[in-house]
This record gives sequence, structure tokens and C-alpha cells, in this order.
Amino acid sequence: MNFDPRFSGRKFTSVGTRPVRPDGVDKVTGRARYGADFNMAGQLVGRVLRSPHAHAIIRKIDTSKAEKLPGVKAVITAKDLPDLTDGDAGMYDILDNCMARTKALYDGHAVAAVAAVDARTARQALKLIEVDYEILPHVTDVDLAMEHRAPLINDAIFTEGLEEKPVKPSNVTKRSQFGHGDVHQGFGHADFIVERSFKTEQTHQGYIEPHACVANVSSDGTADLWVCTQGHFVYRQHCAQLLGMEASKLRVTSSEIGGGFGGKTHVWAEPVALALSRKAGRPVKLVMTRDEVFRASGPTSATSIDVKIGARKDGTITAAQATLRYSAGPYAGSWAEIGAMTAFACYKLDNVETVGYEVLVNRPKTAAYRAPSAPMAAFAVESAVDELAKQIGIDPVDFRIKNAAQEGTRSSYGPVYGPIGIGPTLEAAKNHPHMKAKLGKNQGRGMACGFWFNFGGQTCVDLNIGMDGSVSLAVGTVDVGGSRASLSLVAAEELGIDYSQLKAIVADTSSLGYNDMTDGSRGTFSSSMATISAARNAIKILRERAAQMWDIAVDDVVWEQGHAVAKGDKHGNLGKLSLKEIALQSGKTGGPIAGHSELVADGAGVSFATHICDIEVDPETGSTRVIRYTVVQDAGKAVHPTYVEGQYQGGAAQGIGWALNEEYIYGKDGRLQNAGFLDYRIPVCSDLPMIDTQILEIPNPNHPYGVRGVGETSIVPPLAAIANAVSNAAGVRMTHIPMSPPRILAAIEAERGE
Amino acid sequence: MAGIAVSTTINGDHVEYLCQPDEPLLDVLRDRLGLTGAKEGCGTGDCGACSIILDDRLVCSCLVLGAEAEGRRIETIEGMAHGDQLHPLQQKFLEHAALQCGICTPGFLIAAKDLLAKNPDPTEEEIRFGLAGNLCRCTGYDKIVRAVQDAVHVMKGA
Repeated sequence: MNFDPRFSGRKFTSVGTRPVRPDGVDKVTGRARYGADFNMAGQLVGRVLRSPHAHAIIRKIDTSKAEKLPGVKAVITAKDLPDLTDGDAGMYDILDNCMARTKALYDGHAVAAVAAVDARTARQALKLIEVDYEILPHVTDVDLAMEHRAPLINDAIFTEGLEEKPVKPSNVTKRSQFGHGDVHQGFGHADFIVERSFKTEQTHQGYIEPHACVANVSSDGTADLWVCTQGHFVYRQHCAQLLGMEASKLRVTSSEIGGGFGGKTHVWAEPVALALSRKAGRPVKLVMTRDEVFRASGPTSATSIDVKIGARKDGTITAAQATLRYSAGPYAGSWAEIGAMTAFACYKLDNVETVGYEVLVNRPKTAAYRAPSAPMAAFAVESAVDELAKQIGIDPVDFRIKNAAQEGTRSSYGPVYGPIGIGPTLEAAKNHPHMKAKLGKNQGRGMACGFWFNFGGQTCVDLNIGMDGSVSLAVGTVDVGGSRASLSLVAAEELGIDYSQLKAIVADTSSLGYNDMTDGSRGTFSSSMATISAARNAIKILRERAAQMWDIAVDDVVWEQGHAVAKGDKHGNLGKLSLKEIALQSGKTGGPIAGHSELVADGAGVSFATHICDIEVDPETGSTRVIRYTVVQDAGKAVHPTYVEGQYQGGAAQGIGWALNEEYIYGKDGRLQNAGFLDYRIPVCSDLPMIDTQILEIPNPNHPYGVRGVGETSIVPPLAAIANAVSNAAGVRMTHIPMSPPRILAAIEAERGE
Repeated sequence: MAGIAVSTTINGDHVEYLCQPDEPLLDVLRDRLGLTGAKEGCGTGDCGACSIILDDRLVCSCLVLGAEAEGRRIETIEGMAHGDQLHPLQQKFLEHAALQCGICTPGFLIAAKDLLAKNPDPTEEEIRFGLAGNLCRCTGYDKIVRAVQDAVHVMKGA
């Protein structure tokens, strides 16, 4: 396919406007169907039994009493999900996480499941399952888990990435290192050095919709799965592999999704629901409770990070170094590695070194959470950057501008940058009225930068032109926040038709080729690229049909503003044919008109943001209030600016919750103490001010319209921006997230020497 | 266990159903009556996604028993629009993109409707506190507050 993805400057008609989303009316009338809103005839209710222990050997599970309870149609344990992973360690971990095989590895780990005629019977049945546990010592803290005497979570794990293979197993699964230059030499040239240690606690994505699915395994070997997911094609692959099915026999339909933020990129309940349905011979609906969502799904890593940065008197950073420890839950991940890659990505550095340690703990398996791993690294680095600016006596914005990465800079994680937005977001922040606004008593201002890679990936789109001239667009990236609207705008732009002539849907796994999931801020970036390509393919056919209708050469037909136009003097009397006019005749000119595209969307442009916030701290109680918040971020090109703003605001709000309040609290017994929205409090409407946004558009050279992903970067700067604001307001450097009132008060009192 | 017979009014229609004594009204609405507009985000009254109006009072339907609806008047999201005519709040939520994933939207709309019924001209702070019982994880609430403010403007003019 001769599709050229390079950016070409153009004047937009549809892109950049703000129409109502195509799925909007269903969502304001309660008609939109989410994961738990789907039902099938004869459907059973599935429920999961979970370990109350943080670490325990499962000696025996006796399900006989539960099986005898009237109304129970199936009971399963790990035996019903045999290991078919064929040496694929990552898939084995997914399988073990779905249903513990020999050991329960965290409070909330699934050990058995039932399907029954109703929820009450299912709940009763769970109580009748007898599990004989041998409780083992556990560890939930990332630093403690690294100690030599820490309880071993998996004795088959030997730290990867060391020069020599270790002789003893460890909870550290991997060491990874990035950087260039010589940091020791760099620190030797520094006039000022800041060295600090930071901690961040574990948070949950906090999507309001719990994981939910309906599984239907038929006796003919085919199956259907209705599920809220960020990636139904990936869920299909994983479920099919774990259940020993051919992928094409399993059709997965993504429901409307009630928030994901990375947390719905992993299967948990779906293979269990399919196994229950297979055993019971009936459809099974499995919906997690909120308690289960907190205990068993999500969360992000808890971290412990050391940062050292040195600079000359003139404000030039001479060396930067960080050691980052990220908890992964009980299975290996790549969270510390990502943190180590992103930590210094905003800066132009001659000497930089980051080392990441991936650490197993008895907590739920870490899942991606919006720009996963980047916010914690940014918190540590941007806090130290602020402190260093203060020591040198230079304005923190000017200090960052002086050291900001530019086009041509070799990034701290390796690649050389193309055109990027870090400098422009900093300049915009510097000139923003927010920076000049007066602060009141006990108020402090903070700012910080953030970076995210953005991903592209495998993408497939079908664009079908109906006989009436209306256009349906079938995409395979799940719409998590308005992408059907933005993709419709892109198709309208390319075809030259009105937005109202289009309808975009998310197709199921049997109706469209494979798509990677909606993660890495790729939804609009990659599917818009495929949509442009599909539309151009459709235009080629439209031109051919027009040529046929006019009986002229196709090379004499061009496509302009939604019409075929015959070019050249000899065709001066032909007028033009609209898309609709061509479509109406399609039955006579060669049949249906469609455009398809299958591509790997390479070249997702990296993304940068700068945030500013004002915080008021009550020195008597340590409580905080967000007074003002501003997000400046590069969108490349904002396809639907309102939804771009929404991504900026939403990421900032999640970051505010993370910075000030949210955390997983474990008891000494290794059990999660706050598995509910009452005790794990996310920001509510009265906690927040309006969140101002400024969209910058520095075109991504690798996308026809210049689009960059916008979904994730907005959560990267808030932890640091707020920490800097609180530190300025309270007069003491905050090093532990969340900055809950007790932590702030303790810091203030320690500073006063109380 | 024998079911309890309940006779009630939902969105102006007379409705009868049988429910278990311990069955939340939310489960009755969703599982027995097919009214899935109210969502279960927590089941403990913390998220507001299941908000309904019960005899002019905003409640979390997960905290009300199905049996308690006997002889009462229930308003759900399914009854908010009049046929094709969206309620101004619904219209303004669309125009302002006050929803991203949309799972919290029915609860917010019901809560906002209840708020404006009691306080037709709220300040921003009153809107923020009036909607503080509803959790949204996508929007940061900015566009929700603006949509309600704009709906107030339209409804005052009507």
C-alpha cells in the first residue's frame, strides 16, 4: 500500500472543530451498554473466591460442598485452567494471576470460582469452598522486599541484567540501565549538587466501572465474550491461548468502557468466566465488586527513588543520576525500566545515568496506569530540579528552559529527538498569566514538566460507503474518551464530507483485522492514520467510478471537497459528482465502495507537558487545597480540541489525587485496609478548581495531520508540580507521595524541630 | 426464599415486581426491570453512579432495598428526556463534552437535576458541593461544572 504517513501542512475544515460525539446521546440517556449491561438467555452469575492471605501455599481446595448446593452449575479451580502456555513465562504469570496454582501471592488472589443461578447462590457457594492454606511470611514494601532477608516470593527468580548471574534467587527480577556520558566526571564539574530520596505509594487507576464480562462457550467449540476492555483483540489472544482455543473461534466484543487508564489492558476475570461457561455449558456473567477491583486488579507501582543532579553556577546541568525501585506485584514486569527511561527525558544532558530495579512484593500484579511509571520518576527528578534551581538562585522555569531537550538532542534513554514540545510548553508556561498571579497566605506555586513516549502499533480500519452516500467507519481501537468523534472528523476531513454523514463504530474481533489495544496514547494517533489511509483508498475507487460514469480516463478525475471533478479543458462541461451521487450509482458501476487500511502506525511523536499549580496548606492541620491549576501540553494537532482538553484535565485530576491523597494501605498482616471508594478517596467535584488548559500544536512529522497522542502525558507532571507547590507553601521539601495531611504536618513539625 | 411483591411508579409508569428481602433496588432496576442506565460502581454508596430520585430525594439505589420502593415514585435516567427531546442538562453535557467514558454520566445527570430542582441558580461552589457525591475519574469535573452552569442559564431563560 502506497500510503505516505508524513506530515503535510494543510488547511483543515473538519479537524479542529468540536461536534457532539456520535455515541453521546446513548450515554446521556442511559442506553449505552457497558460491561455489566449485557445479558444472555440462561445466563449464570459467576463469582470468584479470593485469598485473604498475602502469601500462602494452597495445600488443598475442597469444592465438594459448594458443588452440592442447589443452583450451583460449575465450580472451578486452577485444575480447570490447565497450563497451556508452553514455556511463555509472561502468559504463565497471567494464568497464575487469573487463578492461583500453587501459592496465593497477595490478598485478593483468585483461588476458585463458581457459576450459579443467581448472585445469592453464588455467594453462598463461595462460603462452602474449603481452602487449606499454609501461611508464609510476606513482604509488601518495595525497599524491604529488596533486603537479603526478605521473604522470597518466587525462588525461581534470579536478577536479570547483572554482569554475572547471581547464585541466589531474589525478589529483584531485573536491573536495567540507561544513559550516556560520564556522570562522575559531570558531578566533578558541578558547583551545586542536590541529592534526595523519594517515595511514592501505590495507587489504583480508579475507573468507575468494575471489570465485567459475559462469556458464552458453545458446545461446538466456538465462544463469545462481551467485555469492557481497552483491547478486545489482545483479550481474544490471551483468552484463546489460556483456554486452548483457536483465536478465530472466540469472538470478543468490546462493550462501552467505563474508564480504563491502563487497568483494562490485562485479563483477570475473562478466562475465569470462559472456563466457568465451558464447564457449566451456559453463558456466565462475571462482574467484579469494587472490593475485588481494588484488591485484585490495577494498581500502579509503589516506588523508592534516589536522585542526584549537579549544575554549574550558570544553570547548566552537568550530570544527572537516578536509582529507581518499582514494585511489580508478585510477577515480573518492566515498570522500573520504563521509569528509568522517562526520568530525565525532558532534558539535554551530557552525562546521565539511570538504573531501575524491578521488585516483587505481595501485592496485586502491577498494571499500566496512564503513562505508566513516568509520574513517579518525574516527581523525584522535578522535585530535585526545583531544589537545585533554588540553590543556584535561578528561576525554576528559566532553569528548565536552559536545560530543556531540543530537536537533535540525544535523549537520556537513547533515541535522538525530532521536533519536540518541551521548550515551547515551558515558554508558554513562563508567559502564562497564572505564573504572574499573586499568591495568598500559606499558598505556594509549583511547576513541573513531564514526558511520555506515545505508541503507535498495529491498526486496521474499514471505511464503507453506503448506497445512500453515508459512510460507516469501523475501527478496532476501543474508544475510551471520544475517539469515535475524532476519527469521524478525520474521515470527514479526508473525504471532504460533513461530519454528520459519518458514523464510527468499534468493530468486534471477528469483523475487523487485528488491532493493538488502546494504550500508549495510540487510539486517535494510529486509528486516524489508518482512517486517512482507508479514506484515500476509498477516494481512489470513487474517482474510478466517476470516470466510468463520465466515460473519461481516471487520471482526469481529481477529488476536491467531497466531489469528483473532471480536470482539463476538454471536460469543462462535466460539472462535478458528489460522493453521494457516485454512491447512488455504485450498484451499476462495480458494486460497493469501500476503503480499507492495515498498517503499523510507526512514528508516534513523543509528548511533553508543563503544569503549574497553586496550593494552599493549612499549617495547623497539614490539609491542602488546590487553588489554581494550568496544563500546557503539545498535541501535535488537536483533532477534537474539547476532548483533548478533557484528556489534559482528567490526567491532571488523577495526578492531584495521587499527589495529595490516594494510596494503598496495607496492614501488618499483608491485607489491604482501604479497598473501597470511601477509604481510598479519589478527588470529588468539591476538591478541585477549574483546570485551565493550553493546547500547543507542534506537528508530529510522522502523521499526515501532525497528530500526537494526548492521553497520558497529562498525569506525568502533577505529582512533582504539586510537591513543588506544597514545598513552597509549607517551607519544607516534601519527599513522600501522597502528601496527605499527616505527612505534611509531620514534615512541618520536623522542620520546626517539634 | 419467597419474593416480596412490590408495586411502585418508575418514570411515571406503574410497575410491579417481585424481589428478595435483601435485594438492592439497583439490582431490581438493572436485573429484573432492564433499566441498566443506573450503574454499579461500588455497591456501597460511595460513587453515585446508581443515583436515582426517590420521592423527590436523591439516593444511591444500591443503598435502598427493592422492597422499600413500595408505593413510592422513582425517577431514573431513562425517564429524563421527553421522547426525542433531551433535558437541557443532557444537551449541555453533550455540547460541553462533560463525559469521556460516560459511566458516571447517568448518576451526574440525575444528581444535577435534583440539585437544580432544589436550587435553580447555584454558584460554582454550590454545584461542586451538590455533585460531590458522584465520582468521575475521566474529566476532572471541569466540563461537568460548566455544562451544569450552561444548563442553568438555558433553564432560567426557558
